[in-house]
Parts: sequence; structure tokens; C-alpha cells
Amino acid sequence: MKSIQASRELELPGQEPIQLVDETGAAVGDLPDERVLRDLHRGMVLGRRFDRQATALTKQGRLAVYPSSAGQEACQVGATLALGPQDWLFPTYRDSVALVTRGVPGVEVLTLLRGNWHSGYDPYTYRAGPQCTPLSTNAPHAVGLAHAARLRGDNVAVLVFIGDGATSEGDAHEAFNFAAVFNAPVVFFIQNNQWAISVPLSKQSKAPTLAHKAIGYGMPGHHVDGNDAAAVYQVTKQALDRARAGGGPSIVEGLTYRIDPHTNSDDTSRYRDASDAEPWRAKDPIARFDRLLRTDQDAYAEEAERMAADLRTEMNKDAHVDPDVLFEHVYATIPPRLAAQRQFLRDELTADQGEA
Amino acid sequence: MPQLNMAQALNRALRDAMTDDPNVVVFGEDVGPYGGVFTVTEGLTAQFGETRCFDSPLAEAGIVGTAVGMAMYGMRPVVEMQFDAFAYPAFEQITSHVAKMRNRTLGKVALPMVIRIPYGGGIGGVEHHGDSSESYYTHTPGLTVVTPGTTEDAYSLLRAAIDSPDPVIFMEPKSRYWARAEFDLGRTDLRKALVRRPGKDVTLIAYGSTVQTALETADAAGEEGWDVEVVDLRTLSPLDEETVCASVRKTGRAVVVHESSMFGGYGAEVVATVSEKCFHWLEAPVLRVGGLDVPYPPKDLEEHQLPHPDRILDTIARLQWEER
Repeated sequence: MKSIQASRELELPGQEPIQLVDETGAAVGDLPDERVLRDLHRGMVLGRRFDRQATALTKQGRLAVYPSSAGQEACQVGATLALGPQDWLFPTYRDSVALVTRGVPGVEVLTLLRGNWHSGYDPYTYRAGPQCTPLSTNAPHAVGLAHAARLRGDNVAVLVFIGDGATSEGDAHEAFNFAAVFNAPVVFFIQNNQWAISVPLSKQSKAPTLAHKAIGYGMPGHHVDGNDAAAVYQVTKQALDRARAGGGPSIVEGLTYRIDPHTNSDDTSRYRDASDAEPWRAKDPIARFDRLLRTDQDAYAEEAERMAADLRTEMNKDAHVDPDVLFEHVYATIPPRLAAQRQFLRDELTADQGEA
Repeated sequence: MPQLNMAQALNRALRDAMTDDPNVVVFGEDVGPYGGVFTVTEGLTAQFGETRCFDSPLAEAGIVGTAVGMAMYGMRPVVEMQFDAFAYPAFEQITSHVAKMRNRTLGKVALPMVIRIPYGGGIGGVEHHGDSSESYYTHTPGLTVVTPGTTEDAYSLLRAAIDSPDPVIFMEPKSRYWARAEFDLGRTDLRKALVRRPGKDVTLIAYGSTVQTALETADAAGEEGWDVEVVDLRTLSPLDEETVCASVRKTGRAVVVHESSMFGGYGAEVVATVSEKCFHWLEAPVLRVGGLDVPYPPKDLEEHQLPHPDRILDTIARLQWEER
């Protein structure tokens, strides 16, 4: 009876997403302080520039593939800036902008997509897990880390990004349930960009909103305008604060839209009209903040161009990956069979060089 | 020198590891106050409290995935999958994350965690309670796959698994849970096979439940005039090729014995390794005695699936003795 009672105390998320800044850039709720608003604005401008640069690098053959998050900057920047330095972030493959916002150098963010290695940054340096390509498998990792932090009595909360498609996966369900049962200090941020490659949200879920799913697990769910960085920041920050204070996990759904294709190698004309994205261009998160702050995004143009130029310079260097690395981190110490295979590969390469 | 059965030896290993290291935590289905369906975690919650040994929701991917996050934070989780086939929901977490995290992060993130899996048949279990699932894991680089064949090893190998900086799939032969033995609580290294019984004519290569079967076979083989050596692999991956090959080079003949189906099974890897590395010492092809290539049978037909001494002796007889 007790848990039923607790669930009843949870409010259902509103069908209308929580908004603090409307599409015209007018404040419609209590905003975070101006310093935060400027950080959000700057983060989104830099994030979009990063995204554009990464997409350009795919065309130059410097990146194998890139899943753009253009139009989703409010979610990735807003939620990430809500984290404290002691907190942890568990991103997916589409969350490059979140990682850049977290302070991970661009070239290290893009290591996975460049194909030099599977992850390019030290998770402990940035308190950010490796980008996860299988859907929702990062969610139980986030719950486990949050649970461990709670067991140790550390003042740590964890933010995990998943997408709308990933909410259909079993690991999302298991993570939601474990988090609620363990009262783990974790916030599940669902970036609902309404497309899982070619499959629209309507074929993914019949839930009134994805935030509604939270209620079934006994945790609060918040349905937020995912193109309003102020709302994303504020709601996520409150959820993280609540988690750190022992209040347990939450789901935050940011309703947004995948303006670009799934990746540069996807062709949206096979499943949606070009005009479908138009209403969402009008909801652009950066333009909204330009108007709100009466600051042109050009205020950050120089910084953004410098960042993009640095990224280009780094990415245009030919990265040589020593094949020995294949064997070095499979186990803490190299077993004899792997040592033999490493020698085999070295010999093969030496012989190739001799022939060449 | 305590006398314990294998379940008690495992329990003792968990207890001692939890005493020595506050980062060791145990969780899974029914492992809390109930003590686990095979009693392996009995009394741990009472002794260490609910923050060190606790029940989780009934979801294997969640258990393993949560353990990944806890290990990232510096804990040493030891989780239980209730039965072999019940571990399959966790397969993605195990193969895509547990096995790859160290490699993916260039050694920055280690996952010192143990996934305990009771496996194999011989207890008359119902469907999905008798699988030998070891080759799913041995085929995955990054995993250390360990299985004790004796009660003494159950203690020392589980201690070593918990101490390991790498994730370990710890496979417990459930037909051996109640095997009693008197032994000192010792320590051992992973990645080391052991010669359980020296012999000069033929090597039986066994692990888990078939170690005992191989030892019984060796006794019976003496009556046939064959002096049988028994090698207990203990760690299936990475394989201790040196110990295996030293034995086969000495005897010139080998049979691999396991419960699991033979096609694509673990024994095939051992046969390939031995054939490649011991070819000039071999007097006969290396043979296997394993399970039939059928889904694990129901109780009434289980005896046909499991290796037994007569079948192993018949296989030894096929090792071209007439040409000696």
C-alpha cells in the first residue's frame, strides 16, 4: 500500500511542455540568473559551430560518420550545464555537444567517430562515461555509478542521456526500475527528437508523453520544451539537486526535433518530407536566446570560429594509431596468446615494409 | 582445516573477501536475507548489512549494467545470475560493455567485477536450468572465464576472481555444489591450469563438473591398463596453453571432456590449440567427449547428454593404441 500511496503523490506530467522562454524569445516563467542564461547561449552557439564543423569534416573524409545534433543544443547544453563538477554524465553517440559543453576537447570527443579508437577521453578527468552506441545500455551504468556514490555517502548526482527510440529498449526499463527501487541519485534525460533513424515517435510509444513513463516506476517525470535551454537547465538542475539530497531519480523529457538526418550517411527523403522540419526551425533554441538576451550570437562568433579552426587543424593531422594498442588494454596484463598475436602482427607489418 | 561443500566454500570466499575489502559488494536475485537459491550468499546480509549484500529487482541486464557503473566508481561488485540460461538477458551488457570497457577507454576504466553463474546439468533441473554456456563467454575477448572443478578451488578461485583487475565470469558447476572436502583456505592465481592426477598414456582435459568425471574415469582406466593424466583447466579464458601442451607432449594422446554441446564448443578450441602446438608429439587425433548437439534434455534423458566414465573410456579406446 505504501508504494501505491507514494505513486499517487506523483503528479502526472503536463501534456504541454514546461517552457520558460517562448518561441518569440519572451520570458514566460522564472528564469535562471543572467550569468546562467549567457552561459547557455554561449554553449549553444559553440555547440552548433562544433556540430557544423564535424558535419563538414565528414564531407572531407576526416570523420567516418557524424550524427548531428543541430537543433538539439538546448537539451545537450542546458542539461549538461546543470551538472556540478562532482557529478557524472553518461552520453550517447549523438551527445557530442554535451561532451564539448562538459569540457572534453573536440578531437577527443570525435575519436570514436573518426575511427582512431572507441573512446578518446579519460572518463575520470571529465566525469563523463564513454559515448554509448547500443541504445540505453548506458542507463544502468549511470544507475550503478549513482548507487555506488550514494552508498559511499558522496554528494554526487548522475545525468544520463537517452533518446526516444532508446526508451523502447529493455535496458531503459530496467534502469528506470533499478533507479527507483535503489533511490539512486540519477536523472534520465530523454532527448525526444521524434525520430529513431526512420521510425517516428508514433511507432515507438503510445505513452501520452515519454515523461509519463516515470509515474509507473514511482518517480517524477517532467515534460520540458527541449528547445528552451532555460527550461531544460532549470528542470534538470532541480532534478539533480533533488537526487543529491536523497530524493531519488527523475525522468526529464526534452521535446525537440532532429532537424538533420540521423547521420551524414542517412537520407531523410526516404521517410519524411523536407517541410516536416520547418515548424521546428522556427522554434530554434539559439534564435530564441538571441531575442531573449538581445545579444546577437555574433557575440560568440570569434570564439566559435577559433574553436572550429582548432578542431579543423587537429582533425586534419594524420593520426597514426600504433597497432600494438589493439592488444594492450584487453586485459590488465597481456596473456601469452595475445602477446604472440601482437608479435605476429609486428612481423607481418615489418615484412610488408620490406616488400614496399 | 574446515570441511565444506562447494556452496559453503564459495560463501566463505565471499565472506572473507567482504571482510578484507569494504569495496566488495554482493547483489542479485534472492541473494539477500534468503541467501541465494544455492545458499551461496547465506548470512552475508546479516553479517555485513544491506548496503553490502542486497536483493535487486529481477532483471539480469539491470544487475550486470548496474554493476558496471558501481565498478566504474571503484567498487568490486560480485553479482549472481540465478541460473545459466537466466544470464542471457544480460548478454549485451556482458559482451558489449563488461568485456570492452577497459579496451574502449585505453585502460582508463577497469571493471573489477565478478559475475557468478551456476551452470551445467546433472541436477535434474527443468528446461533452462542445465545449460553449459561457457563458450558464449570464452568467445568474447576481455572476459576472464573461470570454473572450479573442486571444492578447494571454489574458495581460492573465487578469491582470485574478486581480486582480479579484470571482469570475471565465474561459472559454478551446480552438480558439484554439495561436494564436500576438507582443505586449507588457500590462495591461487587465475590463468593457471593444474595437473590433478599425473599419468603417462593419455591426457584428459577437463573443467568444472567434468574434473570429477575425469578423475573417476582415470581410476577405471587403470584397470584397462591406461595410465591417465587429468588436467583441470580452471581458467578457460585466457587458456593456460603451457600446462595443457606440456601434458599432451608427455602423453601423446588427449581427450577433452565437457558437458556443453560439441559443435563450436570450448573443446573445439582446445583441440585446435593442441593439434597446432603438439602435432609432432601426437600419436592420435585429439578427441572430444561432450554433450550431444541438442538443446539440453529434460531430467529423464539427462544421462545421455552428460559425459560419463564409460563414454570417456570408449573414446580413450579409439586413440589408435594398436599402432603403438
